[in-house]
Formats: sequence, structure tokens, C-alpha cells
Amino acid sequence: MATKGERILEVRDLVKHFPLTQGIMFKKQIGAIKAVDGVSFTLDKGETLGIVGESGCGKSTLAKLLMALERPTSGSVMINGRDMARAKGGELKRMRRNIQMVMQDPYTSLNPRMTVGDIVGEPFDIHTEVAPKGDRSRRVQELLEVVGLNPDHINRYPHQFSGGQRQRIGIARGLALQPEIIVCDEPVSALDVSIQAQVINLLERLQNEFNLAYIFIAHDLSVVRHISDRVGVMYLGKFVELGKDVEIYDKPAHPYTQALLSAVPVPDPEGREQRERIILQGDPPSPANPPSGCRFRTRCWKAQEICAEEEPLLQIRPGTQHESACHFAETHDVVHVG
Amino acid sequence: MSRDTPQTGPVQPETQTVTTDQVTTAPSPGKRRKQKEGKPASLWSDAWHDLRRRPMFIMSLVLIAILMVMAFWPSLFTSINPLDARTCELATARQGPSTGHIFGRDNQGCDVYARTIYGAKNSILIGVTTTIITAIVGGLLGLIAGSRGGVVDTVSSRVTEVFFAIPMILGALLITATFRGQDMGIWIVVMALAVLSWPMTFRIMRAAVITARSQDFVVAARALGASQGRIMFRHLLPNALAPVIVVATINLGGFIAAEAALSFLGVGVQPPDISWGLMIADARSRFLEAPLPLVFPAVFLSITVLAFIMLGDAVRDALDPKLR
Amino acid sequence: MKKTSLDTLPAEGGLGDEPLLAVDNLHVEFATRAGTVRAVNGVSYSLGPGETLAVLGESGSGKSVTAQAIMGILDMPPARIPKGEIRFRGTDLLKLSDEARTQVRGQRIAMIFQDALSALNPVFTVGWQISEMFRVHRGMSKRDAMIKAVELMDRVRIPAAKQRVNDYPHQFSGGMRQRIMIAMSIALDPEVLIADEPTTALDVTVQAQIMELLAELQRESNMGMILITHDLGVVADVADKIAVMYAGRIVENAPVHDIYRNPAHPYTKGLLESIPRVDLKGQELYAIKGLPPNLLDMPTGCAFHPRCPYRQDNCVTDNPPLYEINGRRNSACHYWREVLDGDQG
Repeated sequence: MATKGERILEVRDLVKHFPLTQGIMFKKQIGAIKAVDGVSFTLDKGETLGIVGESGCGKSTLAKLLMALERPTSGSVMINGRDMARAKGGELKRMRRNIQMVMQDPYTSLNPRMTVGDIVGEPFDIHTEVAPKGDRSRRVQELLEVVGLNPDHINRYPHQFSGGQRQRIGIARGLALQPEIIVCDEPVSALDVSIQAQVINLLERLQNEFNLAYIFIAHDLSVVRHISDRVGVMYLGKFVELGKDVEIYDKPAHPYTQALLSAVPVPDPEGREQRERIILQGDPPSPANPPSGCRFRTRCWKAQEICAEEEPLLQIRPGTQHESACHFAETHDVVHVG
Repeated sequence: MSRDTPQTGPVQPETQTVTTDQVTTAPSPGKRRKQKEGKPASLWSDAWHDLRRRPMFIMSLVLIAILMVMAFWPSLFTSINPLDARTCELATARQGPSTGHIFGRDNQGCDVYARTIYGAKNSILIGVTTTIITAIVGGLLGLIAGSRGGVVDTVSSRVTEVFFAIPMILGALLITATFRGQDMGIWIVVMALAVLSWPMTFRIMRAAVITARSQDFVVAARALGASQGRIMFRHLLPNALAPVIVVATINLGGFIAAEAALSFLGVGVQPPDISWGLMIADARSRFLEAPLPLVFPAVFLSITVLAFIMLGDAVRDALDPKLR
Repeated sequence: MKKTSLDTLPAEGGLGDEPLLAVDNLHVEFATRAGTVRAVNGVSYSLGPGETLAVLGESGSGKSVTAQAIMGILDMPPARIPKGEIRFRGTDLLKLSDEARTQVRGQRIAMIFQDALSALNPVFTVGWQISEMFRVHRGMSKRDAMIKAVELMDRVRIPAAKQRVNDYPHQFSGGMRQRIMIAMSIALDPEVLIADEPTTALDVTVQAQIMELLAELQRESNMGMILITHDLGVVADVADKIAVMYAGRIVENAPVHDIYRNPAHPYTKGLLESIPRVDLKGQELYAIKGLPPNLLDMPTGCAFHPRCPYRQDNCVTDNPPLYEINGRRNSACHYWREVLDGDQG
């Protein structure tokens, strides 16, 4: 399924710390929330990289960094060889044409006081060089058609559409500038089950049609598996495991990935009593004060002394074919046993 | 979960087979106007189309038009010129309604009807201009403070807090007394009231902008590379305007009343000039004996305030596509 | 477990043929500006002690409204119950006085909600809120009630319960808050627990913890549980039987294994085929076409017919009854035989 293409995105050592301050008039920094703490990955043309993790793992901050909505503390986001994280003004605006996003909440991501035509046409108003003025309404109607909406509805307002249709409007807006990369931040999690499949199929169809590359961020591991070529698992601001989808799902090597996968309810009651369940204790620690060494060690059943002392690097470990960040990495299929 | 309970667009029972991810939408609800092919709508043009069909809007507009005509061509409504002292007869003070003096006469024996008509100019002028100035100044500053945040917001918010600490009438007294020498007529009152009341509009606009700013559609616009001005005027302003409109129109009555209080205290509009506030203040002392000289200007004042509140409500609703 | 018996209702035992809780032909309407919304149109289901019934449906299907009707927490008006019975141990709750209803609510039928943060009062400590159940309903002293609160927090496995009893809701994580909600709901040993999307707002790993806790509590106390959810995965994990709702009706109900192995209604079948699975990597997903119906303007005949691949002419005109299949399951589809055989009409 992966159409191997040239590399279009390279993220290196991306770090984002949000300072924690005290005092109202005279602010004093008392610490930092390490939302994203050293993330590196690459993305090829036409490829989908899924990023999974629980709330607070930094995946949404990562999306904002990729979109240059937040400036990183350090690290780089190279798009076609140019650093988006350092770009400013006109250059940044030009680079934005190449990376667009689809947001989670179809109810708040569309301006309720703009018509659908204005929403989908806004990219052309901002980047006037993309489409000549007379051409715009035709382009908007084409875009609506591409995402499966009635092109005659340009004069309607968002509230006249259902959640799934609004998400299509958001996708049409993302496609307008013909970007090579689309960052999808939980694009289906706010939708009803029967509508989710429609939107996922649409995203896949558009990918094939326009050779798009997706960064697909979600907490739903089943959806990520369905759409991704490669998957990265995030925990407390870092990738703990990164590899091809089959490797992550069928041969997970990191204990956190294993626990995450085993916790996903499988819609099949057969053999549910025998299914292996790794139930993690407690909640993830605060990203303001992460544990020393391996960040997962406080909830890990494999933790030894070394885990507190030495931080495991994301690398290919013996007996595995993909990168994982665990001193005791060991593949274990939790999904298919039982 | 339940946030998309009954959807407005009914689902059309479609009969053709559609591809799996094609969604059919319903024809628009009959209420909406037919749009001409290829003529894109916008919030403002849709609002205007909607307003023209709202009885409340038409009614308030008619009322305001009548009041305006009354304010600027009072002689169309009455043949008596109350500014001419000869029309008053002290002997007939507080006389009830009679032919030629349908609202009766006031404490000075002047015709209440004519004075009410002639008082409209000052009162409406003060109310409307003060409202417009506070809405524009306070609204614009609130929009900037709310959308910029940071130092701009902190500084301007602290400044408005200083203004809030000044009692309205006391502050206005001070300002009008200071500029008394210059012959500025009612504009000194407008200035005093505006200077003291823009912070209110500022706070409301700022709060509404901050609420709107955190919404995803603003993030989406930033991700598209939209300029600060575009975000402010295309995205934040239309979504923050409603509470400002409501408060501004309610304040309008307050300004007319504040002018009355100032006149009563000897600043602002002074006899022989006329304003509703002045008339109410005059008639107050003998209200039990002769209620009409107070009631009539008060009724006109209420009608004016009501007309503007209705106008504000209609505009606010028209700017909300969900209420159309 | 010993239950406090109420005068108006028979205590435990003596059930005879009557299930613990039976909803019978329930109708709920809402009066809105735009017209009457028929949110629930003749829903019937029953629940026995120790049993878990999953009510599955999308937004607007009426699954939560049914639960709120059982709890008696619908705002009436605008809501109205024109028809139907809700029998708890044989007594129709809808016919009880407000006072008797209050006795049942919380004590014998309890409910937990999706959003634990907004369900807890932010200005009281969690200990105070849990112990309130005992002070109000059991007349315990503050001291004794607080001791019971700590016990309950232990029971729902909140670590260091003794130290945390005086903390405020915002000091707990989402999963812990849901545990506190559960502690409050089981405080008075209810016989029926209604869980409305209890894990939807939670992360996968926390979701697993909460579901495990609920299952354990149910085993200990033999409660009947109604689990309201849209998540087919969660249902498959814990339910004994399933009622699938669509547009205010139950379109299929069956034991859990039957539904997943062989759905008898096109909607259920479509849902099962449309979800991506973590253990299978498929190609294009099957997607149910179209949108859920507008409750103000329901399709004629079967409400699902505009989206149904099995539709025949009579589906547009005749609303199918809930057909009985093999004596243990039902489907509201004229063509359930074809659906079972997998033969696309």
C-alpha cells in the first residue's frame, strides 16, 4: 500500500517545554512541562505515519509544532529540506501551503458565522497566488465534490451539516492549497461509529488520488492500524516505539505498547475470558516532573534498577526489527493470543 | 454524545444507490431565501436579507425614524416653540391636558407636548452618539486586547480598572466642570459619558474575544497562514459582537438618564435648552400634584430605549446563522 | 447482601417470573420549538440480577434518554412519557409518587455518567461527597459516614484512600474521578447500576481499569448492570446480552455471542463491518451510507430503510415489528432471514 516516495518531512530532536511560572506581575519560572521531549521521525511522500498515545503524552503539541502553531524549544522540522520551525513571515506562509491539518472537533473547527464557501475558500483568500479570483468559487465547488458534499451548498452555514459532513468540510479546507502533507489530529474520534468509516475511507481515497502524506494522530489504536504504514507510540513526550504497522501491532517490543494493545477492546466476544489483559496500574506521571531514566518505569512490570538510572534510547534492539526504547525489549504478540 | 441531537437538515430518503462515502444532504429548509446561482453569500449579506424580513427590525426602524424626524424637525410636530419663553404662562402651571396643550403644562406653565418634542434632539443625540463612541472605542480596544493578549492586554485591562473605580456621575461632574469655559454644548456631556463608560464595552468585547480565540477555527485559520487582522476581523469580531450589541443598546437608555442626572446637578444641558432628562428632573418635585409633565418625557425615553434594544436584538439574531 | 427494604417495594427475592428491571414499550417525547421529538419509540428490555445488558447506539438513538427515564431524571417538561412501563421488581416506577421515586433513585437504582468532573461538585471534598450518601440516606453521623467513605474508596481501589479523602475533585485524574463516581453510586448497594458511557472520556489503559473494576464490583454484589455505550469493543468484552438502538427503537436484541457471530439486523451488521480492528488489517472499510435520521422528520416505514442495503418496497411503508428469532433473540427487520444468511437482497 505504501507508495515509496521521496522524503518530504524530517523531524529531528524536537523539544517543546512550556515554562511553569509563578507570580502575576513578576513572573518567575519554577519549572517546565516537557510536553515533547526529543522526537525524531521522517515521512515520505504518500506515506501515513500513525502516532498513538494517551492524553497528555504530547501528541497534540507535536501536531502544533509540525504546523508551526507553536515554536519548538529546540530541534527542527524540515519540509523538503527547509526548516519550518525557524521560518518566518512570507517564507513561513509559503511553507504552510505544503502542510495542512484536519482537526478533531468538527463543531468548533469551523467558524459558525462563515458560509461553507467562505470556509473552504479562505485558503485562496490568504494565498491569493494559488487561484485567480474569478476561479475561486469553481475551485471551492470542486473541492466540495471531491470530499463527497453537494457543491451547491456553498451558501450554507456549518450548523446545517452533521458532524461527519462538517469533518468533510474541514478536509476540503485542508486540501485547498494542494499540500503534500496533512496532519490529522484525531480526525474521527468525535464522530459516530457509522460515520467514522465514511471519513476514514475518504481520507484513504484522497491519499491515493493526490499522493498525500498523512501524520495521523489518534488515541484509537484500531483506527491507526487501519490507516497507517508506520506507527509511533508516544509516552510522556517521547517515542517509545516506532516501526512498520505490522511490527508494532503483531510484534510489539515495548511493554507500554503491549499494555496499550492488550487494553483495546476487541469487538468479538469469542474467547474473551482467555484474552491476555495487561492492566497497567495508576496514571501516567506528570510531564512537569517525569521519572528519571525510563519514563515508563513507574508503571512497568519489567522495571529493574537500570531503568531508573539509564534512559533507554530509541533504537533497534536484539531480537526485534524496529526501534524501541526499552532495556528489556522483547516482542510479544498480545493481540492474537488466546 | 448528545450534541448533534435533532439536526436541522432533514435527511432526504434518497433512492439512488450512492457510493459508500457519498453523503446526501437535504434540500435547505424552506425558510432560507433562494440564492442566485453563482452568487456567494456572506454573513453580512445574509444577515441583511434576514433582517428585512424581521417584523421586530422593521418596527424598531420605523420607531427610530419617527424619533429622528422628531429630533431634527420638531416644528413638523408642533406649532409651539417652547424655546420661546413667551409660550409659557406661569398662571397655567401644572394645568391638565386641554385643547392645544394635549399633554398639559409643566411647573413653568410651558406646553409639555412641545417640550417633549423639542427635548428629543438633545436626549437622542447624547444617547446615540455616546453609545456609538463607546461601542467603537471600547469594542476596538477590547478586540485588540483580547486577540493580542500578553502585555497589551494586561496594560489595557489595568487601565480600565482605574476607570471602573471612578463613580460615573462624580467623574462626569469633574470633566464637565473642567471644560465649562469652552462652549461645547451637549458634546461635553457626550465626551464625559463616553470617557467613563467605554471600559464596560471593552471588558465585554475582550471576554467574548478570548472565548472565541480558544476555538479551533481560529487555530485552523492560523495554520492556513491568516494574518492577525484577518483573524481579528473575519473570525473573532463576528463571533464576539453579540454581547457588545446587547449591552450597547441597553446602555443607551442609561446615557440618557445620566444626562438627566448631570442636568439636575447643574452641568450638562441647561435651561432654557431642553432635554428629556431635564424635564423629568424638573417635574419630579411636583410629581404627586402633576404627574403628566414627568410621565410624558419618561414614556418617550422608554420608547426610544425600547426601539434601540429591539434593533440590537434583531441585529444580534440576524448575525447568528443558527437563529435564522 | 442485605438490602434495606422500602415499604413501597418488595425487597429482594420473591421475583417469580418478573425480572429485576423491565422496561416495557417505553415512549419518550420532547416538546421543542420545531415540533415533537420522539426520542424513544417503544423500547422494551429486561435485566436480571448479576446480568449485564449493553445498550448500543449512536448519538440520538435514544439510549441515554431511556436510562434517564429509568432513573427518573428527565426534565418533564419538555420531556413526556406518553406510554410505557418501567417495572422494578414488578412495581411500575412511573406510577410511584415523587417521594417513593426518590427512595428508589440512588438507593436501589444508581447511575454513573460519562463526565465525572462535571458530575462532582468542585467545592466539596470527595470524602464529603461520598459520605453524603450515608448521611442523607442512612442518617449516619459525620464521623461514621466518613469512615464508610474511606472504605468505599478502598473498594474502588483508590490508592492511599485515607490520605486522599479530604482532597477536592480537581486533584484527581480522570480515571480516579470516575472511580469516585463509582464509589458514590455503589455506596447504598444498589441492585441496578446504569453506566452511561462510563469510559468514553478516558484513555485506553484507564478504560480497561474501570471496566475491570465494574466487572469485579458486579461479581461481588450481584448487581444488574445496564451499560450504555457506542463502543462495540467494550460491549463485546463485558456484556451478556445486547440491545441495539436506532432512531429511538431497539432494532435488535440478542445474547452477545449471537450478535457478533451473526447479526440479524442490517444496521448491526453494518456497524460491525464498519469498525477498524486492532487484530485485523483490512482493506477499505464498509461504511453505512447516509446519516442517522432526523428525529423531527423520521423516514416512513422502517427508520433505517434510507441507509439499508436490504431494502425492499415494503420497508418504505411498513415499520417492521420486533420479530422473534429462535426464541432467544429479536430483530426489527422484515428480511432478518436474508441478513442472517448474509445474502444481500
